Amino acid sequence: MFRRLPDRQGDLVTFTFDGTPLTALMGDTVAAALLAAGVTRFRTTPVSGAERGPYCMMGVCFECLVSINGRGNRQACLTTVEEGMQVETQHGAATYSTEISA
Amino acid sequence: MSVHPVSAVSDLEEIYDLLVVGAGPAGLSAATAAAECGLSVLLCDDNGSPGGQIYRGITEASAATKSRLGKDYAAGEGIVTRFLASSASYAARASVWSIAPHEPETGEASGLEAGVSLAGAARLIRARRAILATGALERPFPIPGWTLPGVMTAGSAQIAMKTAGLVPSGRTVIAGTGPLLYLLASQLIGAGASVIAVIDTTPNGNKRRALAHAIDFVRSAYGLKGARLLAQVHRHVRVIRNVTALEAAGNGGLSEVVVTHRGGTERLPTDLLLLHQGIVPNLNLSLASGCASGWNERQATFTPTVDEWCQTSMPDIGIAGDAGGIIGAEGSALHGTLAGLAAAWRLGRLSERERDERAAPVRAILRSALRGRPFIDELFRPSDDFRIPANPETIVCRCEEVTAGAIRATMPLGVRGPNQMKAYLRCGMGPCQGRLCGLTVTEIIAQERGVAPGEVGYYNVRTPIKPVTLKELAALPQSDSAIKAVAGIVEKPVSANHPQSHV
Ligand SMILES: Cc1cc2nc3c(=O)[nH]c(=O)nc-3n(C[C@H](O)[C@H](O)[C@H](O)COP(=O)(O)OP(=O)(O)OC[C@H]3O[C@@H](n4cnc5c(N)ncnc54)[C@H](O)[C@@H]3O)c2cc1C
Ligand code: FES
Repeated sequence: MFRRLPDRQGDLVTFTFDGTPLTALMGDTVAAALLAAGVTRFRTTPVSGAERGPYCMMGVCFECLVSINGRGNRQACLTTVEEGMQVETQHGAATYSTEISA
Repeated sequence: MSVHPVSAVSDLEEIYDLLVVGAGPAGLSAATAAAECGLSVLLCDDNGSPGGQIYRGITEASAATKSRLGKDYAAGEGIVTRFLASSASYAARASVWSIAPHEPETGEASGLEAGVSLAGAARLIRARRAILATGALERPFPIPGWTLPGVMTAGSAQIAMKTAGLVPSGRTVIAGTGPLLYLLASQLIGAGASVIAVIDTTPNGNKRRALAHAIDFVRSAYGLKGARLLAQVHRHVRVIRNVTALEAAGNGGLSEVVVTHRGGTERLPTDLLLLHQGIVPNLNLSLASGCASGWNERQATFTPTVDEWCQTSMPDIGIAGDAGGIIGAEGSALHGTLAGLAAAWRLGRLSERERDERAAPVRAILRSALRGRPFIDELFRPSDDFRIPANPETIVCRCEEVTAGAIRATMPLGVRGPNQMKAYLRCGMGPCQGRLCGLTVTEIIAQERGVAPGEVGYYNVRTPIKPVTLKELAALPQSDSAIKAVAGIVEKPVSANHPQSHV
């Protein structure tokens, strides 16, 4: 769905998505890194289990929620990818509270 | 002099003269103007580098990126450079999740207290005044299928391009209206995206209303720019107009765009649909901090009430830029300067005369920068069909998957506004806190009741306006004000001397 422009270069970072190793460019957000790797489905909804992917890329919509290094409800579009990061699809997880979240 | 970078909450001062929220053209200009008048200024922004929406990623942009994004983008360098040379403190990746009057446990209330999260920790800091320059968001675009993976906003594609050098690679359709639609389309086409169609949903009737402001528009900078962009897009891509219905279809992901126009209904096999129907002020922080707002019919949104010095209804809070009503990048920068000067005046660093003298040339440019706005607002006002979904199946609240039909069905129960509706539905109670459904819900209820949206009102927005994690909370001192900032209320312990009254 997205490709990287050839003039965009930089150091590579390795991370995993649901166990599959992927590479990103240093400085990418997790959402950009996943889109660049062809991942379009980031989570399933707590209500109907429908698949969702990032919508706004600016921290507003919360459609990009993933689990990062075992912590759920992380906004992939606001988190910078790091070497060795373990990113996983977030399945439902209705534990999210807008007031306080773990 | 150069800005003082803040990278942990422990580096923050106890108190600043001025807190500025948002490092777009408005916030950068406000912070610069105030710091140049001698105020101690803290600028917080949740991105990794300054620039806001329009100038996102400008400090890291390569020459290739700048030429791809055009002159208006590169113009951001001047604003950022001047800010970086100021004496302000700058906290990147810092979210401000509450602002409230500072009410110490003893002594008199004065100034403000703000909740800030940075690098995994939260802290409450004080400021004598604040300027909210939180910018805008893309307006909700509730059509059938807008929640499918493969449907994103056009702005999101621009963000991916600015920050990560990503461009759409499959069959891409851009749909909607607004002055930015053709800019985004031409930037993506210029970068080599395979755009197969632009679906222009601008209602035909708008032209007539906009005509009243046409002279100003032609004399404004927008006129020529707009015409050039339009021609550019037309040369490369099929533009579909006179659109009456739009739908994203697919099973678990987008596979086609279904568009109905004068010539009938077409199904376009599509990999990526980019939606955009203008931008609206990012209201959550101003609403949560108690600033009054009202319905703006021309922009079809609520806008905070601000005076000519960017002053809100809250004594110590100003608002600058698109956050106060959409005025565009150039207007936002100038507005920010006025807000910064006003703060310096209110805090006694400028006399009224000095303030007015410095503001006069800024106001003159602002007047000409805003000249084309009424025309743009009228011409690109999105049609009711795409703001107020008639199809009962269309999802309005993406977080809780609440449909337009479900919202309408609460009307016979006596619902008069969005907050009462929450008694029946979880609409607006998900993590986005109504940002993607608030305006739609207000307008659906207004339509059902046959009254103006201003009469229906908006969600009550409470702090924290961004999720604060338990880990971040653990770093907060457990004072009354901290509890109030994260929970919105303080439950006073019931003691023998002060029995709880039952009023
Ligand atoms: C996605 C998108 C793309 C756009 N692209 C263009 C374009 O290419 N050209 C153009 O002319 N106009 C563009 N605009 C319009 C743009 O909003 C204005 O022209 C201009 O950027 C407004 O400046 P501003 O300073 O008011 O706000 P912005 O530039 O939006 O800056 C606001 C900043 O505040 C930050 N912020 C918000 N809330 C908080 C908080 N609680 N805590 C910390 N930080 C916070 C935001 O992350 C952002 O960095 C775009 C708008 C959007 C939404
Ligand atoms: S994509 Fe919208 S919050 Fe991340």
